[in-house]
Amino acid sequence: MCMLHLTTGRVGCLLSKQVVVALTSSGARMSSHGHHEVSDSVDMSQPMYWDRLDTPLPDRPWKDVLDSTDKSLKQKEKGPWTALSKEEKIALYRLKFNHTYPEMKRPSHEWKTVIGGMFIFFGITGLVVFWQGHYVYPPQPHTFGEEWQAKQVQRMLDMQINPIEGFSAQWDYKNKQWK
Amino acid sequence: MSLAKPAMRGLLGKRLRFHLPIAFALSLVAAAAFKYGVTEPRKQAYADFYKQYDATKEFNNMREAGIFQSVRPTGE
Repeated sequence: MCMLHLTTGRVGCLLSKQVVVALTSSGARMSSHGHHEVSDSVDMSQPMYWDRLDTPLPDRPWKDVLDSTDKSLKQKEKGPWTALSKEEKIALYRLKFNHTYPEMKRPSHEWKTVIGGMFIFFGITGLVVFWQGHYVYPPQPHTFGEEWQAKQVQRMLDMQINPIEGFSAQWDYKNKQWK
Repeated sequence: MSLAKPAMRGLLGKRLRFHLPIAFALSLVAAAAFKYGVTEPRKQAYADFYKQYDATKEFNNMREAGIFQSVRPTGE
């Protein structure tokens, strides 16, 4: 169960656009090729930080390279928390986390891109369909013509198709017209 | 800042006690609406149609219209 949680967290990180790759002080950069190909690859063997709505507690805190003021604050955190001021508590939160939940959930302008892209593809598809109707389709069967369709309707009325609640029920047989 | 302790137990039971009677009631309403809105009028329509239905007359109308292959119209 714990393993599953870890893997979903890491896989989820790859899918999330809001993953932040912070360099740790131990700085394990991939240099297996020796030359600068993909310079900012993530070292997946180290604990990762993530901002995710569904997995609230990442494997490591946001800031783990602490300067002296941060270090002294972390020392104070080891004592009773009632001794901490409001600003100190907020500072400790900001050391541990990058975005708050409201900040993570902030709306973006992405929907305009999505809707715009959708309409562009509708348009392209419409052009393709039109070209296809002109250049690809064979001639329509003769049964689609006006005359044939009229003869078909007349035959259906003669056979009294659905005379109670359906087709022929809409036809006035006495006056020979639709009701 | 001391908030009230949230409900820790009985959440599903509470939800079910609220939603199940409503679900049953709405299902019954839907069934009754369909019965008296659709099936009863349909049964009445069929009954009314066949009360005044003369099968021989309708058969002759169809025969004259020329739709059958076994009996052609009387003229031919």
